[in-house]
Amino acid sequence: MQKRISTLPFTDTPEQHQKLLDVIERLKGQKGAVMPALQEAQDIYGYLPIEVQKEIARGLDVSLEEVYGVSTFYSQFSLTPKGKYHISICLGTACYVKGADKVLDRLIAKLGIQAEECTADGKFSLTACRCIGACGLAPVLTVNDDVYGRLAPEDVDTILAKYE
Amino acid sequence: MDMVNIKINGMSYQVAAGSTILEAAREAGIDIPTLCYLKDINQIGACRMCMVEVKGARSLVAACVYPVNEGMEVFTNTPKVVQSRKMTLEMLLSVHDKKCLTCKRSGNCELQTLCNEMGVDFDNRFDGAVPAGNKDYSTLHLVRDNAKCILCRRCVAACQQQHVAVIGANNRGFDTEIGCAFELPLSNVACVSCGQCINACPTGALTEVDNTQAVIDAINDPEKIVVVQTAPAVRAALGEEFGMPIGTNVEGKMVAALRRLGFDKVFDTDFGADMTIMEEATEFIDRVQNGGKLPIITSCSPGWVKFCEHYYPSLTENLSSCKSPQQMTGALIKTWYAEKEGIDPKNIVSVSVMPCVAKKFEIMRNDEAAAGMPDVDISITTRELARMIKLAQLNFARLPDEDFDPAMGVSTGASTIFGATGGVLEAALRTAADVLEGTDHANVEYHEIRGTKGFKEAVYKIAGMDVKVAVVSGLDNANELLKKIESGEADYHIVEVMCCPGGCVNGGGQPIVSANVRAYNDVKALRAKALYDEDEAKTLRKSHLNPVVHECYEWMGGKPGCHKAHELLHTTYLKRDRF
Repeated sequence: MQKRISTLPFTDTPEQHQKLLDVIERLKGQKGAVMPALQEAQDIYGYLPIEVQKEIARGLDVSLEEVYGVSTFYSQFSLTPKGKYHISICLGTACYVKGADKVLDRLIAKLGIQAEECTADGKFSLTACRCIGACGLAPVLTVNDDVYGRLAPEDVDTILAKYE
Repeated sequence: MDMVNIKINGMSYQVAAGSTILEAAREAGIDIPTLCYLKDINQIGACRMCMVEVKGARSLVAACVYPVNEGMEVFTNTPKVVQSRKMTLEMLLSVHDKKCLTCKRSGNCELQTLCNEMGVDFDNRFDGAVPAGNKDYSTLHLVRDNAKCILCRRCVAACQQQHVAVIGANNRGFDTEIGCAFELPLSNVACVSCGQCINACPTGALTEVDNTQAVIDAINDPEKIVVVQTAPAVRAALGEEFGMPIGTNVEGKMVAALRRLGFDKVFDTDFGADMTIMEEATEFIDRVQNGGKLPIITSCSPGWVKFCEHYYPSLTENLSSCKSPQQMTGALIKTWYAEKEGIDPKNIVSVSVMPCVAKKFEIMRNDEAAAGMPDVDISITTRELARMIKLAQLNFARLPDEDFDPAMGVSTGASTIFGATGGVLEAALRTAADVLEGTDHANVEYHEIRGTKGFKEAVYKIAGMDVKVAVVSGLDNANELLKKIESGEADYHIVEVMCCPGGCVNGGGQPIVSANVRAYNDVKALRAKALYDEDEAKTLRKSHLNPVVHECYEWMGGKPGCHKAHELLHTTYLKRDRF
């Protein structure tokens, strides 16, 4: 799935920034440093906005396009921030045939964001994931560590209400 | 050289150990079709066109990356191989915008040629979903149409080789597209506009911005006086568009064609190049004698200038403040020539024909407007000129040979060699040596700085001083050199940098040479030879001997480097961001 790029403003604390600089300093000059740098940067910020990728490119003396190319190739990297409540809807085979796409449509309509995006208030983020190993509960979604199964599209409303 | 014995299609050959199957086969006179392979630039085995059978191998192998070994038996033309190539092409066609009839690369498209040669029967065997195929019209110099992209990554490799690397493969699998970081338009990243990506592209996915209609409109406007200038490298390559051998100098026919297209005056950028030498040699001598910033670095190549601004902003003071020959010629057309002929410069449309797409960017730069309006209004490439000639149905090969208009068409051999790497510096040295030593040196050739090598250096004794010079072409070489200059490790006095590998003869606006032809010919060297031959045949071979140059300085009321020359012929640079 094509990555979505966050349009939300980037916030950076001095502590986070220092951590990122430390990571870059440690990896500088090493072969294949882009991947681990992106992984650690995502641990620090939760996602990889352009500001962070520019810092990595500058620090490791590689092109920004190289950094971005890697960040869009691997599904582990996200270009949008995670919300306070991160919703993952499973689109694996079993969930899909049980109508997970309809549940996703409902989530998109209710939250006003697409998959791989975050609401402007930072409360909810949404991602479509592959099988989470709960096929018996299909279709299934998780909100942070809470699991909700055997869903119908209407269930979305009550689930979201819990976190409002 | 270590050799190994192999068999190709049942015949025995001795080939160099360590070579790939592709190289070995070509050495043996057997072609293997390729698509993503581009000699010296891209060898990644991605497109699967060059698949061959190797006896004992589990599956077909990619000849462009598979090394030969002793006793290997290769088959390049079995039914299995042909079937595989056909299928690869049919899959490419399933997501390709097949508007060949209106594609600029029709007839010169490697995908089209291969479909033809491989006998592809269906262009719709695998029809289905089609990727987004984004287009980028954001820059002044190139258009990207990903609907025609086959993801061979030759452009990406060319951009990396230029040490720019602003394009690459984004996303993954079916969604993969070539583009810039964060899907930014090309105009918003540190692209230097060199156009080497265009020349690397096997299809019509990358093309120059076509400005020919603006030129045709100007010619058809009775109010306008349309003046054209052509850069030296154009004459060394234009003939290729009309089936002539690489390295044919078509200066005379080019001038004849331009007149028949309706240009009012046909001038030679070489004249501007002679002016550049006068100014640049003067600036160099001044910097040496008065403790100015050294090394002085040439500024004729707009791709290089933009690279310096983006990637080495601290070194922009080293750049010569001279405008490029295109801009000098343009400036003098709208001032000197206009005044001489009593023409209001507002009625002049100044057109340039360049081997370069970065020139389209250069004409829009700040401080390139001697008469209070742009020095050059429209810049077209060698390819666009060929298109205009074809549109007008001129039979190029049968045109007579004609001369440039004399007002600004007289030039010396020194300016002709501007089109090849090392030429600008050689021209500058010819003048600097004569001026500093007050003699007319008989020997004008500086062979140490000739040739297509990317990095050349030499020391010349001029007026008792050891002048250390360096010549680089291609931005990866420029990058290496600049690192040394920035750190203080290198202590050159004068440096020539050309953006494109081999200089302007290999510019991003030149006729596109297919990967097959590039594999067998040193295109840069062949085109450069045309220019060095022209230089050798000329009576005047030093810029300061050009009589029109002297007339021009008389008009300016001074000598090279005078106040008026600075007003008209010099410019300023910016410091830009890398990201």
